[in-house]
This record gives sequence, C-alpha cells and structure tokens, in this order.
Amino acid sequence: MATGFGRMAPLLRPGDTSVPNVEKVNAELFTLTYGAIVRQLLTDFEEVDEVNKQLDLMGYHIGIRLIDDFLSKSNVTRCSEFKETAEVIAKVGFKMFLGVTATVANWDAEGTECSLTLDDNPLVDFVELPETCQGLHYCNVLCGVIRGALEMVNMRTEVRWVRDVLRGDDAYEMRLKLLKQVAEEYPYKDDE
Amino acid sequence: MSCIFFHRDLRLVSLNAFAFLFSEMVQYNQTRVDNIAELEHRLEDAGYGVGLRMLELLCHREKGNRREVRLLGILSFVHSTLWKSLFGKVADSLEKGTENEDEYMISEKELLVNRFISVPKDMGAFNCGAYVAGIVKGVLDGSGFPARVTAHFVPVEGQPRPRTTILIKFTEEVLQREARLS
Repeated sequence: MATGFGRMAPLLRPGDTSVPNVEKVNAELFTLTYGAIVRQLLTDFEEVDEVNKQLDLMGYHIGIRLIDDFLSKSNVTRCSEFKETAEVIAKVGFKMFLGVTATVANWDAEGTECSLTLDDNPLVDFVELPETCQGLHYCNVLCGVIRGALEMVNMRTEVRWVRDVLRGDDAYEMRLKLLKQVAEEYPYKDDE
Repeated sequence: MSCIFFHRDLRLVSLNAFAFLFSEMVQYNQTRVDNIAELEHRLEDAGYGVGLRMLELLCHREKGNRREVRLLGILSFVHSTLWKSLFGKVADSLEKGTENEDEYMISEKELLVNRFISVPKDMGAFNCGAYVAGIVKGVLDGSGFPARVTAHFVPVEGQPRPRTTILIKFTEEVLQREARLS
C-alpha cells in the first residue's frame, strides 16, 4: 500500500485517469448536507436570486481554500494555457473531490471560454425543485468554487450555469470564461 | 484497525469536499445568530431534515421498509445502520444512562464532522456535533421515538482531544409505550 511519505507522488497530466488516494465518505452525507444548506438559505432569504448569490459566495469561500488542498494533493504542473486549466478542472479536480468527471467543449475562438459538462452530479441526488423555486440554480456553489480556486492562481473568471437538469434541461453545463490573467504580484519592492 | 462498512451501490466523495462544505455551513450559520445556543439550534435544525431523509432511505434500502417499534431496536439502528451509512463505521459505543431511565448515550472518539474543526476558547462548550445530534433527532422523531438529542464534549483521560457524546433523552410517552410492550 502506498504511503504518502518517502515516495514522490507521480506528476499528473490531464489525460491521467488515476487520481491520488484521498479519504472518502458516503456521498449521501455530502448530498444531504448540501440540501440542508440550500433549505436554510431558502428559509433565510426570500428572493431566489439572493439564494443563488449566497450559494456562489459560499462556493467562493470554499474555492479559495480548496485550491491549496488540490495543488498539494494532485501534483499537477503549472498549466501553460487556459485550455489545459479547463481540462485539469474537469478531469482531475472534479474527480478528486466529487468522484465524477466533466467534459470540456465548445471553446470560443480565443480559447478563453468553454463549457464544462458534468457526467454525473452528486449534489442533486434525490433533488426535485418545487414550483416556488424555479429560478434557483441549485448547484451554484460549484460556480463559486471554480471561480474562487482560479482566482487564487491568478485567473479572474466568470462561471455560470447554462444547462441544468433540475430546471428541465438534459445536462449540467457550466460556461467557464477567463476574464483576466492577473500577473503574479511580487510582494516586496525591489528598491527598499 | 477500524473496518469501514459501505453498501453495494455506494457513491463516494472526498472527505475534504464534505469538510469544506460543512465548514461553510457552520460559518454561514454563525452570521445568522447572536449566541452559541442559537448556533447549536440552527445546526440541529439542519441535521433534522437530513435525519428524516436518511431514515426514509435506509428503511427502504437496508430494512425492506420494516419499522422499528422497540427502543433497543431503534437505538441499534442509529448506532449501527445509520452510523455505518453516514460515517462508514458503527458508533464507538452505545450506553444507557446510569442516573436517568430515559437517557442513552452514543459516543464517538472523534466525530467525522469535527475532524477539521477547532473551536475557539471563547465559544466554550460549543460542539458542531449538534448537526449530528439533529440527524439522530430526525431519525428518532421520524420513527416514532421523540427525544431531545444534544451533542457534548467529554474529556477522556490520556487523550488530548475529548470524545463526543450524543445524548438522547426520550420523552415520557416513549418510555410508557416501551413499558407496555415489555
């Protein structure tokens, strides 16, 4: 059995199907906990739009911390272009945390915007949206997570849902757009 | 070495994914309350809904829709079936209260939900296990065994971290019914 110490974890490329051994839990605990969070938000905020914003914000808070966990466990090398970033998110990131993968497609001409389509979505098991919540983006937390994580590696992005099975579509599709690549800031002034 | 039990069609996510989510839930609830008691109450409420749903799921999947009608039966269900499903192992212990007839305790050396949580000193005895207490309460209420369920830290000699005890206090009607059935 491989231990974490005394042996370098292999460098992961987006094509790799192997994902480092992470401790796992029953997805139902995760799914139902998320459902409890959404229920709490719906009770606390009257407007569904506000709930969407809160879910995105929660996701953002998670994302800015999750990126460290991801980078330390996955050993991916620095991505040379945004296309690689998207693949890493879809194939390594989602796999590591949610046990599912996504497909990257529909790139724009500049290579700064693409679609991430989830093959499977543990957040939505057992979920049905009632009539009163038709404007809800139930999985909005995922958008915030991606946005927060990428911001910590100097990419400002916009992530939004374009297809949602809970709202009647045939798939879970997010649109990921790179707004700006922020140069890494050197924290010290050279002339001081 | 502990054994991990999981059922056949099990779907898994990473522990860290759950930990991040749970942490966000606690932090969000902190912004909605003025004191510790309210925070515990909100976490319990959140867990309650989960408990009701887990009961439905497990009754259907594990027990062929059979209902527990005896006290020890439902306690065993919580200690074993529910715990195995949620946390991958049976609870560390199930004990009957020595001082009160209506009290039972389920203890865990380290509750999964508390694994990455550290409670600041100014929050006193606050235990995020209140969420798990809520889950248990949901299961018990949903099964017809209404009870007051709370989570407590209990220091253990020789151990740096205290263990968590889920204290279950059944209502009078439950005890009376149990006495009739005995």
